[in-house]
Amino acid sequence: MSAQQPAQTAALQEAPVKAPASGSPRAPLLELRDIRKIFGARPDWLERLGQRLGWLQPAATVQALDGVSLSIAHGEVVGLVGESGCGKSTLGRIAVGLHAPSSGKRLWRGTDLDALSDAERRRVGLGIQMIFQDPYASLNPRLRVRDLLAEAPRVHGLIDRPSETDYVAALLRQVGLDPAMAGRFPHQFSGGQRARVGIARALAVKPEFLVCDEAVAALDVSVQAQVLNLFMRLREELGLTYLFISHDLGVVRHLSDRVAIMYLGRIVESAPSAEIFSRPAHPYTQGLLAEAPTLKVEKKRFLAIQGELPSPLAPPPGCHFHPRCPYAFERCRFEVPNLAEIAPGHVSACHLNSA
Amino acid sequence: MNPQHEPTLVVDRLTTRFAGRGGSVAAVDEVSFHVAPGEVLGLVGESGSGKSMTGFSILGLVDPPGEIAAGSIRLKGRELRGLPAREWRALRGDRIAMIFQDPMMTLNPVLRIDTQMIETVRAHRRISRDAARALARDALARVGIPSPDERLRAYPHQLSGGMRQRVAIAIALLNAPDLIIADEPTTALDVTIQAQILFEMQTLCRESGTALIWITHDLAVVAGLADRVCVMYAGRIVEQGGTAQVLETPAHPYTRGLLDSTPAANAQPDATGRPQPLRQIPGMAPSLKELPAGCAFRPRCTRASDLCGQVPPAVELAPGHVARCFHPLPTVPEVKP
Repeated sequence: MSAQQPAQTAALQEAPVKAPASGSPRAPLLELRDIRKIFGARPDWLERLGQRLGWLQPAATVQALDGVSLSIAHGEVVGLVGESGCGKSTLGRIAVGLHAPSSGKRLWRGTDLDALSDAERRRVGLGIQMIFQDPYASLNPRLRVRDLLAEAPRVHGLIDRPSETDYVAALLRQVGLDPAMAGRFPHQFSGGQRARVGIARALAVKPEFLVCDEAVAALDVSVQAQVLNLFMRLREELGLTYLFISHDLGVVRHLSDRVAIMYLGRIVESAPSAEIFSRPAHPYTQGLLAEAPTLKVEKKRFLAIQGELPSPLAPPPGCHFHPRCPYAFERCRFEVPNLAEIAPGHVSACHLNSA
Repeated sequence: MNPQHEPTLVVDRLTTRFAGRGGSVAAVDEVSFHVAPGEVLGLVGESGSGKSMTGFSILGLVDPPGEIAAGSIRLKGRELRGLPAREWRALRGDRIAMIFQDPMMTLNPVLRIDTQMIETVRAHRRISRDAARALARDALARVGIPSPDERLRAYPHQLSGGMRQRVAIAIALLNAPDLIIADEPTTALDVTIQAQILFEMQTLCRESGTALIWITHDLAVVAGLADRVCVMYAGRIVEQGGTAQVLETPAHPYTRGLLDSTPAANAQPDATGRPQPLRQIPGMAPSLKELPAGCAFRPRCTRASDLCGQVPPAVELAPGHVARCFHPLPTVPEVKP
């Protein structure tokens, strides 16, 4: 952390974190361009030799992300929806910088993050924070909330020792917790309160952009409602931008301005929230919407999408969705469909659009 | 609807208490309900509401310091409470089966699927290994597992989460039980897989006349699946009735609050395109150790009065629609101003 220089921290504190969402132009705050991510061990020289001589099979690799582009405007809430294994969490982690993409670019306000020096990248990185699904696992059980919240701003030089108590108290109040709880350990909180501590910790370094990875998935409905309302209030108050990753369509619909649907490493459809829920274009989106449980009391015929998500180790060729798609035809088996605009701001990757 | 003759299961004023240092707490408090053959009963509540403990009590799986303190559990007219351990073992997996949220709780990771399934059959019936294997194969096919013969030879880790849960369901179905208790079996699964499993469970229970208790925190799952719904709060059933009655015209303020808290229900955005904040329930669920006297929901309830200091009796508001509340909401749909 020696790279932190006073000049930089001063610049950070002056950064316009409280710009109102409505007033700013909708320029991309964060842009992910053609991101690919391949997981799998890189073979050492012996293995490469073995493979070349045909003694060894090449090690299995998983293409978690296959050319994903996503740009998020200032003050926007983008919902990222998909089933487990579709790569939505990987994309979120790349957005925060927890994973490096195998190829592709990350642009923050138009600057390429990978072209920056380490120190600069760390400074910019403070503006992008993550909220994790499981506050149990992401909060150190041996630290009091006071230290959990003060550690990062202290390390980054945002606060000095004397102001620490006030800073923590303000953070706790901001997320609806009693500042008197600052001396407690994580296990002394209920699930909803722990989620709030997780949010407060992300806010502690004054970020502009929050990646929320299933941040409300583990909460009970009544607590979830309280935390969702908190997210919406913080967005208004602090002018935050969210990438909200979830498998729950109801949550995403409630919170997001725009929704991107992922399937097996690719974005298959993206549109403004109202549009995607009223006029879904991609067969996968249609199936997801049809199968999401709703409060409507009707004996449903639960039968829209058959089969399971294929293994990302061996994704099907062509459109990844074709083995489960009721409308698949010959072309889908060979040719990867491109994202094409079918209405203003509404893109979908399906051969049916051009058929 | 199925013929409503004798219910498969009748639970009457069941109370399960846990002894602790500060006295005992009632995790399940005077819970009464019944399930008919082929019927699906949704048992809904948030964490700590006692819904899982109700399921465990019915299966006789309450360990000390917990005990079933009062009430009765009758399966096809036979009292289960106080049954000796040997008879319980004969019952579980045969007449009553349970499906857990995590299929790895049911499956042994070091045994092949066929070993586990054959064992389940032969523990309850004198039958040859081959006949048992055939039964296992049929059960896998019934829950929609492709190429069941191959899957029989697989180990649990070789299957996906959805497939494992299907195997757990197949094991539950093996001995054609009278009652299946399913504790959040689809919570960990993806939407498309959940939909497939809900559909299959529904069909299987209808066809075989198995009564099904579906324990969940998700009202939306219950809406498409259950015939009747019980809503639990702090160990008590606060409302029960037909699914449409409970979800469309809830009488208890807690049920109303749960429905309002569900984002899908408030999907219609306002004129600005920005959704309204959810109407959240204030406060948080009380600890069972510090339950308020009377109605446990009283401190969070907007309709509470002094009367709520007493335990509200169960009142039948419409045929089959019962709520424990002194100030129930009108059961005709309210016209919003």
